[in-house]
Amino acid sequence: MSNPSPIRADRLAALRAEVRGIEDMGGRGSAGVLPFGVAEIDARLAGGGLAVAALHEIAASSAGLWDEAAALTFIAGIAARRPGTVLWTFARADLFAPGLAAAGLTPDRVLYAEAGSDPDVLAVMEEGLRHGGLAAVVGEVVRAPMASTRRLQLAAETCGTLALMLRRWRKPAEDPLAEPSAAMTRWRLAVAPSTPLPVAGIGRARWRLILARQRGGDTHEWIVEGTDDTGRLALPAEFRDRPAADPGRADRAAA
Amino acid sequence: MATPASSPTPPLEVAAPNRLGGWRPGARWAQETGSDAWLERQLARKRAKRAEIQAQIDQLPAHQRPPMRELGRRSEPAPMPFKAMAPDEGGAPARPPYDLAGAFWQQGRVLDRAVVAGMAGRDHGSTHGHLPRSAPSVATARPGETAGGRPAGRTGGQEGSRAPLVTSHRQGQKIVIVAACPAARALGLKPGMAVTQARALVPGLDVRDADPAADAALLRRLAVFAVRRWSPIVSPAGADGLWIDITGVAHLFGDERRLCARILRFCRRIGIKARIAVAGSGGAADAVARFATEPVTCVPEGGEVAALAPLPLSALRVEAGVVEAASRLGIVRIGDLLAMPRGPLTRRFGATLLARLDQALGARREPVVPILPVTAAQAEVRFLEPIATAEAIGEALAHGMALLTAELAARGCGARSIAMLCRRVDGSDQVATIGTARPTRDTAHLVRLMAMRIERIDPGFGIEAIRLVATRSDRLGAEPVGGLVADHDPDLAPLVDRLVGRLGARHLYRAALLESDIPERSTRRVEPIAAVPGDRLRWPRPVTLLHRPEAIDRVMSELPDGPPLRFTWRGRAHRVVRGDGPERIYGEWWRRPGEVAAVRDYFQVEDETGARFWLFRRGDGGDGRTGDMSWHLHGVFG
Repeated sequence: MSNPSPIRADRLAALRAEVRGIEDMGGRGSAGVLPFGVAEIDARLAGGGLAVAALHEIAASSAGLWDEAAALTFIAGIAARRPGTVLWTFARADLFAPGLAAAGLTPDRVLYAEAGSDPDVLAVMEEGLRHGGLAAVVGEVVRAPMASTRRLQLAAETCGTLALMLRRWRKPAEDPLAEPSAAMTRWRLAVAPSTPLPVAGIGRARWRLILARQRGGDTHEWIVEGTDDTGRLALPAEFRDRPAADPGRADRAAA
Repeated sequence: MATPASSPTPPLEVAAPNRLGGWRPGARWAQETGSDAWLERQLARKRAKRAEIQAQIDQLPAHQRPPMRELGRRSEPAPMPFKAMAPDEGGAPARPPYDLAGAFWQQGRVLDRAVVAGMAGRDHGSTHGHLPRSAPSVATARPGETAGGRPAGRTGGQEGSRAPLVTSHRQGQKIVIVAACPAARALGLKPGMAVTQARALVPGLDVRDADPAADAALLRRLAVFAVRRWSPIVSPAGADGLWIDITGVAHLFGDERRLCARILRFCRRIGIKARIAVAGSGGAADAVARFATEPVTCVPEGGEVAALAPLPLSALRVEAGVVEAASRLGIVRIGDLLAMPRGPLTRRFGATLLARLDQALGARREPVVPILPVTAAQAEVRFLEPIATAEAIGEALAHGMALLTAELAARGCGARSIAMLCRRVDGSDQVATIGTARPTRDTAHLVRLMAMRIERIDPGFGIEAIRLVATRSDRLGAEPVGGLVADHDPDLAPLVDRLVGRLGARHLYRAALLESDIPERSTRRVEPIAAVPGDRLRWPRPVTLLHRPEAIDRVMSELPDGPPLRFTWRGRAHRVVRGDGPERIYGEWWRRPGEVAAVRDYFQVEDETGARFWLFRRGDGGDGRTGDMSWHLHGVFG
């Protein structure tokens, strides 16, 4: 009874495709999507990946600095998988360039802009998006009014540049994703305990990745392994329904 | 019997003991010569004597100062190593001047310095100028002794402290003097003399290589200055002269003499001895300036013939061969030449000699190639009525910028910085400036950059003119446009310019990795356009680095090299479940003495929620000199 009939599903898919076509009319639909390279995540995303000509918001699940560091690394991994220079703008600098390089975003690809305040960060982001030649524009803000996110989304659509916005926590009780936004997708990140290694040491980081909202799609939640040095995520071995004979995958999970 | 009295060592606190034993408290030396007051008096006397002698030495010209070996102990005059021979024994003494000075010194007299100074002054002067009132008027100035790199003006009172200075260059087989400082000229050294001979005459002579390029550059700078200050037509004449056409200019400065005096004063101020002559033609002014004895010579109108007649033929700027050939025929002065028939002269010496003569007498025109000073490209927009609104300024700015970029394109330049000067009706200027990361003459881009500055302009009662000046510009050739090539790299310079205009140059940067293991010192901000190598470190580094490591407390850890088991940071306790380390980083002993023994042991730890931190312990866990074993949190991993 709860199962939708095949006809219904077909009609739903057709409607979604139509809506997507309307949405793409204003901008360059040809900019395409940026898949994560993890089938389970890409399958849940409308279009099979992050839309490139769009604004995406990422926030930490808590006000803890560690969750924000996970969100930063997640953003760096996405930006690292696009070719070209990345404009990274923030109100106050606390990024460590070698740390970004560890996520695949090497220093030769990042242009930092220390804007000083949220409105300036938003203005710099829009300036960067309108240039059109950047791989991605990243901004760290606390507050972004609906009007600003709409402007950014429009600029990203028009110029075909990926816009990533880290919504920072200011007070522990104030969820940055509570206010509405025109972003295409909104994500939350939290750290998760990693798998113990059989030897002393520390393995690959693990995150709880929550797709809090997406246009034309559903929300979802995954436990993923953090970015490697090329900016790619992976699913942990125990959560993955993998074929028995896949030695490469098994190796990576153990690493 | 030796007593300590004659020794300069300070007296003992008690009366000095007699060396042969026993105290003699009543002895005279113990009462007088050993006392502090007595020693003070002795020292003061010596100091005064020394100062007096030093003053006498300082009064002497450089070359006459006694060398060190003659001074011996500086407190008393040393005897001459060789006694001066009486004139009746060996004739006039053929001693170099400094020997004379030594003799003088020995007799304790003060040399009459006026003679030397007068000689030096005569030998040095070298500016000549001359101007005509009607036709082209020309003055020449000649940088005097600056060729050697030591400004002549500075050698005035101080030359005594240095060795005489000459500059030299190779001429055929021998090295000859090009220029000599006043002290060297006083010793009889002249340009053209062989350096070997000069060294024989003056031991300790300071000989340096001549730098004709630097001299020419200096002369050119002086010429450019002259163009801006005195007359629009200025041209270098020879290696050491300037022609200044003062036709119609002199009255701006009073008259010709006042103009010359002004030029002379300026030259003296910048350390150039100059001689100026004013005549009706450039050739005559040049000749008179180079051979006159007065600092300023004004040849009266029509007086060129009289002024030139007594001058030697070489004043006519002809080759040395011609001068020599003419002197063999008895033609030594220009006056001799004037008396000769022209036909035979041309047949014998060629046309050049008479051409030069005619040019000097004003009968033939001489082309002058004036110096054109490079000026910044600029464009000006004037308004019929004052404007005050931002929109109007923006429109005028776009118009002016188009003019400016056209000017830049004609010069093949691109602007690196542009200043906008808005002249207000009250006469004051409002200035706005922009800079660009790369030379550009893209009008739209420059207008957009400058438009961001309009809001800072206070129009007051209105702006009546806008002037755009490219205060700095670089060469800019043709550039490829568009993305015809598939992997065409987008040009970030326009974006950089806009962001720099918005945020300021300090706030847009790239991070370059440095060769340092200390995390705080491992990156550096560099220019946004600079090329940065894409290195990455092999060691784990956090994505967030705290500006300053924060102390963590209630740390429980295993010594010497275990990661902490639990700690408290910002009031929250963390239980560590996994850890990796230590990564030992030593202090950079070459930077600060405090880091010589310093050690930090870095650990990467994960707590029970999965949060990962970068902690370090000061010290290696064993040796107390390496640190105080306190724990700090430095970064957070993602």
